[in-house]
Amino acid sequence: MRRQIVARLAQSLIVVFIVTTISFFVIRSAPGDPFSYDLPSITPTVREHWREQFGYNRPLPEQYTKYLASVAHGQFGYSLGRHQPVSAALAETIPRTLLLAGLSLGLSFAIAIAIGVAQAVRRDGWFDRITSAVLLFFFSLPDFWAALMALLLFTYWIPILPSGGIVDPVMHDYMSGWPALVDRLRHLVLPVLTLSLVTIAGLARYQRSAMLEVLPSDFIRTARAKGLTEREVIWRHALRAALTPMITLLGLGLPALLGGALFIERVFSWPGMGLLAANAIGARDYDLVTATVIAGSVMVVIGNLVADLVHMAIDPRVREWQ
Amino acid sequence: MAEPLLSVRDLRTYFYTENGVARSVDGVSFAIGGGETVGLVGESGCGKSVTALSLLRLVRAPGRIEPGSRIEFGGKDLVTLDEKSMRAIRGASISMVFQEPMTALNPVFKIGDQIAEVVRVHHGGTRQEAWHRAVQMLETVGIPSPAQRANEYPHQLSGGMRQRVVIAMALVMNPALVIADEPTTALDVTIQAQILELLRELQQKFGTSILLITHDLGVVAESVSRVIVMYGGEIVEEALVTDLFANAHHPYTEGLLNAMPHVGQERERLATIPGTVPPPTAWPAGCRFHDRCPYAWDRCIAEHPPLYQIADGHVSRCHLAVEPERRADRHEPFVVQKAIA
Amino acid sequence: MSGQPRSALWRLVHHRMARWALAVIALLILAALVGPLLVKYNGAEQLDIVALKNRPPSWAHPFGTDQYSRDVLTRVLYGARISLAVATLAVLLSTTVGVAYGLVAGYAGGRVDNAMMRLLDGFMSIPRVLLLLAVLTLWSPVPLSGLIALLGLSGWFGVSRLVRAETRIVRAQEYVESARALGVPTMRILWRHILPNIAAPVLVASTLAVGNVIALEAGLSYLGIGAQEPTPSWGSIFFDGVEFFAGNWWVVLFPGIAIVVTVLAFNVLGDALRDVADPRQVDVARRLPESTLTDPPSMSALQPSENG
Repeated sequence: MRRQIVARLAQSLIVVFIVTTISFFVIRSAPGDPFSYDLPSITPTVREHWREQFGYNRPLPEQYTKYLASVAHGQFGYSLGRHQPVSAALAETIPRTLLLAGLSLGLSFAIAIAIGVAQAVRRDGWFDRITSAVLLFFFSLPDFWAALMALLLFTYWIPILPSGGIVDPVMHDYMSGWPALVDRLRHLVLPVLTLSLVTIAGLARYQRSAMLEVLPSDFIRTARAKGLTEREVIWRHALRAALTPMITLLGLGLPALLGGALFIERVFSWPGMGLLAANAIGARDYDLVTATVIAGSVMVVIGNLVADLVHMAIDPRVREWQ
Repeated sequence: MAEPLLSVRDLRTYFYTENGVARSVDGVSFAIGGGETVGLVGESGCGKSVTALSLLRLVRAPGRIEPGSRIEFGGKDLVTLDEKSMRAIRGASISMVFQEPMTALNPVFKIGDQIAEVVRVHHGGTRQEAWHRAVQMLETVGIPSPAQRANEYPHQLSGGMRQRVVIAMALVMNPALVIADEPTTALDVTIQAQILELLRELQQKFGTSILLITHDLGVVAESVSRVIVMYGGEIVEEALVTDLFANAHHPYTEGLLNAMPHVGQERERLATIPGTVPPPTAWPAGCRFHDRCPYAWDRCIAEHPPLYQIADGHVSRCHLAVEPERRADRHEPFVVQKAIA
Repeated sequence: MSGQPRSALWRLVHHRMARWALAVIALLILAALVGPLLVKYNGAEQLDIVALKNRPPSWAHPFGTDQYSRDVLTRVLYGARISLAVATLAVLLSTTVGVAYGLVAGYAGGRVDNAMMRLLDGFMSIPRVLLLLAVLTLWSPVPLSGLIALLGLSGWFGVSRLVRAETRIVRAQEYVESARALGVPTMRILWRHILPNIAAPVLVASTLAVGNVIALEAGLSYLGIGAQEPTPSWGSIFFDGVEFFAGNWWVVLFPGIAIVVTVLAFNVLGDALRDVADPRQVDVARRLPESTLTDPPSMSALQPSENG
């Protein structure tokens, strides 16, 4: 099995490499450069000087090799807009996005599994039908719109939750212990909820389907014949066998989750990677943008890797090369 | 027989489907004694598997056991027993071995765990104890290196091995009755023989009764002491095995015996029973086999035969029992005549 | 006639939910084509700048007006044209590219296949929104044709994986081997044997994709990088319609409802198509993928139908 894991790791590294290359070339081939501001103080000579200094006047392949070299050293460049190394900017914001996405994922998973199983067990009953309709509805909501509506509903019309940010900009520094935690939680509620909404809808539909595939299986009949309670049959035997495709789905849905996080961060002004990227792009902060795209992709790759490993852990059939 | 272990009386299991009511088991009565091996024989569609599932009350909607059916076991009626007590019986007093060893085991759990689960559910105890018992059982069913195998997963075992595991699971709590539903059908012929041998050994060792369900009379000849033949949701013949093979009465049984290929057979073409099993939603009136029977006459079309006593311990649901001279009147079954017309 | 299997088309038309979805989509197309001709104003027309700025819904303006005093209902109707057209064309593009890529990879097999899949893994790992955000901003302003091209070129990965998987299966069949042995040209094999097998799942995936792209394009327009001024797509309506949307909730609500209804219709249609035309849903519970990255469940299995 170790060989399998090593092979997967190697695969992931190749993918990261491909991603880095694509990101680099796409971004650096854009018209203009980081210094294309229409400011009177930036005369053509100044611009030329900067281009020279930062290497933007060299041919692309050369820029590429330089970039790869510095990335290999952990240097992602410098953010002119934020006046800090790119790696520092990322280090600040990535954990926040991870918090948002991670909580959403965990919550979505738990709820989706519960709903999917409950639906499958009461197939075609009123619960099943209504839930399916509701889930389909949520599945069709664009996440940014859901976020906007949620904002409208819970921040303006019924003002019970904060409208954005990660903590109260004014009061948080004066809070400690319990109130500080509550403050953080209050700011997390809407972003996590809206991000989860669409994810839950997709996952639950899938879980229901997976369960329906498993429930008529022979080994479920065996489990009942062994004298297990219906509850044990469903939650111990059926669910375990049906979980496998969910893990795969997780991996595949990661890019979409990050994309959704980007919109959510925008709407709720959540200072994570998505917001960073949006601002960086507007400001032509090339190094930061490239690094953000790479970082996002790396997160996806890692997520897929983890999903694969979990898959191997829970389904013994995929452990050996077949 | 002395007080039977299991006594089934007028079992009816119907399925309420969109296409009508399927009377899969339509009035079946039989008994199994302690330590006995009984064979239940019939083609697919005759209701034998549903009978087996009914005994353990594993029939799910849209099927149900009709009121009026009785299954007596251990002084209780299993049909009306509460679910909790029924669960206590499943796997512990009555257990089942299913047909498809490839899919009967949960692919994501170790086989040791799956056997140990039966012990923990019915007996309690620690995980180690249950595991130990599981390994013991694996050894008993003839699996080499049982301690090691117990840590493996179903997909790592061959079909024959898996079936042994399923048998181990069925026997670990030393049940009084094991229902084996076509336990060898999905296996190679050589493995089949091994499994049947295993069942025989275990039966002698533990004194378990076995209800062996199969469509293969060859299997029955080797392994059972008494045979019940089913057709059209009912029992059509029942006899001791030697009696059945020597003096088969019901034309269906006859047909089954003729259809068995055997060494030394001179004819080249295998004899088959013409026609097909009718659907359980529409059992024919009169004798359910009349369409395919080479002896049928007008009484068979009109009158549904009861189980006639042929000899001691031998019954047959055929009017030939009271009009044996009709046996000389062999003809093309009606289904063939209609096809030609 | 009875006893003959009912054709997929018949089943589709009689599928309850599908009828609803088809009706809605027909209505939308109708609205897109004819609607703008029926309303009094045109999409960019700025009416009484003072009096009609930011008016809530009323009889004269059922969807209200935005900050530039434009009638929102009109913009929604014009927006239907843009959003539907963009999404359909983009999906057409991505389907074509995806099918082509998948066919080549699946048919070629071996190292070519491996390399192509590895490349695909790379493509798929980049979050689509992030990439689009980068490109659309750095190259801004991007004309509508560019937007369509980008949407199409960033969305073909799933389809190609699907097609590649199916192609591999069919390719391994004996009748394909015999065809090759008989010297049948590759194109013909692809056309006659493989294409029919992939048609159904690709159709399902494409239908679902249209809904997806409509939502995506709306999102990008909301960020200001999608359809550019003054082209009204459903998303851009609330990008430049409001400064402070809480005060002008109608500008966000109505186009949003239009989006949701449209996406819903396409999702239902996609589900119905799957029920009707693609009975062989990839049996995910029993598949043993070699690796999740190269052999995932098919895209159509990602959004299972209501019938399980």
